[in-house]
Amino acid sequence: MQINDLTIRAATVNGSGSQSANLVLANAIFRLGIPVAPKNVFPSNIEGLPTWFDVRVSPQGYQCRSSSIDMLIALNPATWHADVLDVKSGGAILYEETFAVTGATKRDDVTYYPVPFAKLAKENVADAALRKYLTNMIYVGALAQLLGISEEAIEAALRAQFRRKLKAVDTNMDAVRLGANYARENLPKNDPYALEAMAGNNDGLILMEGNSAAALGCVMAGCTVAAWYPITPSSSLCESFIAYCDRYRVDAETGERKVAVLQAEDELAAIGMVFGATWAGARAMTSTSGPGLSLMAEFAGLGYYAELPGVIFDVQRAGPSTGLPTRTMQGDVAFAYTLSHGDTKHIVLLPSTPIEAYEFASQAFDLADRFQTPVFVLSDLDLGMNLWMTKPLPYPEQGFDRGKVLSAKELEAAGSWGRYRDVDSDGIAYRTLPGTEHANAGFFTRGSGHDETARYSEDPNVYRNNLDRLSRKFDTARSAVPKPIAEETGNACGLIAYGTTHHAIVEAREQLREAGVETDYLRIRALPLTADVLAFIERHERVYVVEQNRDGQLYGILRTELPASAIEKMRSIRHYNGVPIDASAIFEPLLKSERTELVPA
Amino acid sequence: MTSGAPPANVNSAGLTRDVYKGLPSTLCAGCGHNSITNHLIKALYEYGVEPHKLAKMSGIGCSSKTPAYFVERAHGFNGVHGRMPSLATGAKIANRELMVLGISGDGDTASIGLGQYCHMIRRNVDCTYIIEDNGCYGLTKGQFSATADRGSVLKKGQVNELETIDVCGLAIELGATFVARSFSGDGKQLIPLLQAAFSHRGTAVLDIISPCVTFNDHEGSTKSYAYVKEHHAILHTPDYIVGGREITVDYEPGTVTEVQFDDGSRILLRKLEVEYDPANRIGALTVLNQAREKGELVTGLLYVDTQARDLCEREKLPKKPLAQLAEDDLRISRDDWKSLMESFS
Repeated sequence: MQINDLTIRAATVNGSGSQSANLVLANAIFRLGIPVAPKNVFPSNIEGLPTWFDVRVSPQGYQCRSSSIDMLIALNPATWHADVLDVKSGGAILYEETFAVTGATKRDDVTYYPVPFAKLAKENVADAALRKYLTNMIYVGALAQLLGISEEAIEAALRAQFRRKLKAVDTNMDAVRLGANYARENLPKNDPYALEAMAGNNDGLILMEGNSAAALGCVMAGCTVAAWYPITPSSSLCESFIAYCDRYRVDAETGERKVAVLQAEDELAAIGMVFGATWAGARAMTSTSGPGLSLMAEFAGLGYYAELPGVIFDVQRAGPSTGLPTRTMQGDVAFAYTLSHGDTKHIVLLPSTPIEAYEFASQAFDLADRFQTPVFVLSDLDLGMNLWMTKPLPYPEQGFDRGKVLSAKELEAAGSWGRYRDVDSDGIAYRTLPGTEHANAGFFTRGSGHDETARYSEDPNVYRNNLDRLSRKFDTARSAVPKPIAEETGNACGLIAYGTTHHAIVEAREQLREAGVETDYLRIRALPLTADVLAFIERHERVYVVEQNRDGQLYGILRTELPASAIEKMRSIRHYNGVPIDASAIFEPLLKSERTELVPA
Repeated sequence: MTSGAPPANVNSAGLTRDVYKGLPSTLCAGCGHNSITNHLIKALYEYGVEPHKLAKMSGIGCSSKTPAYFVERAHGFNGVHGRMPSLATGAKIANRELMVLGISGDGDTASIGLGQYCHMIRRNVDCTYIIEDNGCYGLTKGQFSATADRGSVLKKGQVNELETIDVCGLAIELGATFVARSFSGDGKQLIPLLQAAFSHRGTAVLDIISPCVTFNDHEGSTKSYAYVKEHHAILHTPDYIVGGREITVDYEPGTVTEVQFDDGSRILLRKLEVEYDPANRIGALTVLNQAREKGELVTGLLYVDTQARDLCEREKLPKKPLAQLAEDDLRISRDDWKSLMESFS
């Protein structure tokens, strides 16, 4: 038997309501204390195109995708052929019995479990409108029976899923029982998979999407202005922010809202509203994805040069251009880092987990205020829209860092003042907010050349000194951004990764260890690079930079910024097919490379 | 009639007129924009604007340079081309106590910034939005802009064959709540209109024809001083009355239309040759269309609706500016946080 270690794939048609069923399935397994990693691979479509939902179950609690499918639930005739071929040898297929098992779909190394889903639904669900949805619950029941998921766990998951419409629980439970009974009576168990409760194992953990976590980071950081243009996969970030603000920022008596969320006409306006708001002293953010980031390039340069705080979430999806709107990629790292023309550089935060999505979101507001500059938080579709097992998000113990803002009183004490004067030799000047009641408070913010007092200037020295100060400021930021996290035991081979690639690294390092290759690992969490990165590379003979894009974007940044001695040690491993990276995408090329490297010439 | 000019050399904010001045203009001598700046200085001084509450916003172009030339001690923001409306929107929602004054041009508004212009109007952001309109691009040496009239001729002879975008007609179409047109050379009309725009709660659009002496003031131009002088059709003579102040001049009954704003101030529109009702949207559009047919420049308060809700009201923002809220106002409480986290399992 293979206990608590398999990947279940539901292959269904988009818009058929399978999402709820899949979430209930994942949640029920999670409630048994068994670690889960759900991954939704969905089309850019409202109804009709194929969609897949993988629930990975592993005793180790791996959170990355697995490319090895053990159990398939096949309800989509359009993908039936390919879906069957994706199942690993020894696996099992639970399928709509009217699908033809012939030719290539007739395999002798898998177990077939035919179920008359359509017939069962037709005979047992009177309401035709509900039939489509409840069919999905029938497969949940059948699978639960085959794998040994208790009825109680399913019901608890249903209650959580339908928290706001508990009436739906009974109807859904009926469908679950229908599937379970059918399986019990008609499907003799003939596969090696079983689930066994791991009591208490998941205690203290929750399931959360990165976009919800980031939205909560914004709430707790005191973001009061959000401007956005809907775009997958970032929409749920702003929508979550709206939902939390509706719940926690509205005065019950007066209806007053301590937040303004504006749906802008485009991303140009969205980021413009952000900078208008931060200039006037509010904390503001926008969330977008690649195409929106392209439109924001113009304002990003203004934010950098005029020194305006602002937080921009880029939930990355597969590009270029429209690309694959519902698939994941780490494709905007190089672009975001230098977004806009001229010499522009930005602080970029790279969260890997929901807790980091939350903490980096909050920290982004502090960094934006502290450094008076746009801060980009780059997550991706995988982190943003999939559920992850996580500890609950910690309550913030510190107040806001609003950075160097002069009040009327401080202006009075200061005497003379210049908006872009580097008083503290850290490159960060002092600003004032509109509304500050002092004759010296005002200054003219502009994206054109300016001197220390914010007056227009084309003087070559003034221009150059200002650019150099901005570089100094960026260097100051190096020690303020989240540091990399290292796991080192003195090996010759090192790995560098960031963002969601981390989760595949965890599993790949285990596999490599079993194959005799011990590795060290450095997870970069922000740009600009800190000194730790070069030091890590110097301590190793070979360093593999792993990322989810075609061109090795972080690898490119490292090559640009690090000395030749470091560059020659670096190798690049890239994954870019739109679905989240899995361990084999790292293990295989790395092992091959290491074996080649280690063979004496 | 003088409209509430204070007796001494200070205004209601206790400030002298010098405070409302700015840096010397770097625009061409005789530029209409310089006249507008001077009228703005007078209007702001008389209105008694507190400089620290004024937010001067602009985009890019000759017009957008002018916020440096008045009220130097106020905060100013010269943003990017055509995007001032979004910056103004953000600033206003962050701090609703600010008096937001946007200065744009015809290129900035009607070409590169047309989208933001339209959506600012739809949102009815509380701000004054001035278009210093000369029908051409000055800083890049005289190309046509989208407000150039069809048939208008450039200095080197090129004829504009494209239909003009009427920024006032468009604004009314989009539901603007205050739309006026004026002429840089007519301070008597412009100053009361500016002050009414300051008093209006919502987006107040003021399209001010402002001849470009260097690139668009020749024979064949429809935005030249000479053309405006010949084709100027004035709807009414406006007077602005500060809130609470008595009207000291007697008007003949039936000759004046009065519009009252939220702050208690009023604008009195003295009738000239024709009857004009600035509360009539369709009437306003008709007058604009007729003027276009006749090649006339019709000026005055074209349309006003003082009852519409502005953005901050619709968003139900508290009186205290969002920018001033702190941790205790904004964070979820520890208890709520605990139950929120539990709801995720």
